[in-house]
Amino acid sequence: MMKPGTIILYTAARFLVPLQLLFSVFLLLRGHNEPGGGFIAGLVAAGAFTLYLFTFGSAVTRDLMRVDPRNLIGIGLFIGMLSVFPAVFQGQAFLTAQWWPIMLPGGTEIKLSTPLIFDIGVYLTVVGATMTMIIALTEAEER
Amino acid sequence: MEIVILISFALLSLSMLLIFIRLLMGPTLPDRVVALELLATVIVAITGTYAIFTDRSSFIDVAIVVALTAFLAAIGFARFLERGGPRDD
Repeated sequence: MMKPGTIILYTAARFLVPLQLLFSVFLLLRGHNEPGGGFIAGLVAAGAFTLYLFTFGSAVTRDLMRVDPRNLIGIGLFIGMLSVFPAVFQGQAFLTAQWWPIMLPGGTEIKLSTPLIFDIGVYLTVVGATMTMIIALTEAEER
Repeated sequence: MEIVILISFALLSLSMLLIFIRLLMGPTLPDRVVALELLATVIVAITGTYAIFTDRSSFIDVAIVVALTAFLAAIGFARFLERGGPRDD
């Protein structure tokens, strides 16, 4: 691991990791019609976890993620697959986008849709795949 | 305004060229690493200038992502340099 006492790295990681995770969620939810989306959001989140990994080591990062990153790949693919079915029940072709606009009190409209569900699946898969690779590499290096 | 932006682009491109020369020449590996970091910083600057030029705020997000990734890359390179390993200066 890094030499102990690199206070700049510790402080930067403490501040940057939550901000970067927040930014990744922002990118994820803004996607589809605006720049953003599941893939780049997943990469930004994986960057945040990698920063944490470089600072505090792989065991602590596994604790932070709570879920094994390999399981995240499966969960992501499953959620992505779920987004296929609403179109079939409507009698349309596979993966046709379904939109459910919801009016919130106060006049704001959020558009929930199957592309959003698919994007969340892509997000989890990208985070899981990237973190599986990086954690495996780091652990091979530590041994 | 237009002229200022064009001058900034020209200067940033010139600095990119100089950094690239340092990257190619760089006698030691740390020199090259610093050149790469500087290159990333200049890319962030160009993206920011381009956001002003096109008047689209979405390029700011690109700049944020590039800056964060460059920070991560700096730490990764520092780690690699600190651990030693085979070097070919």
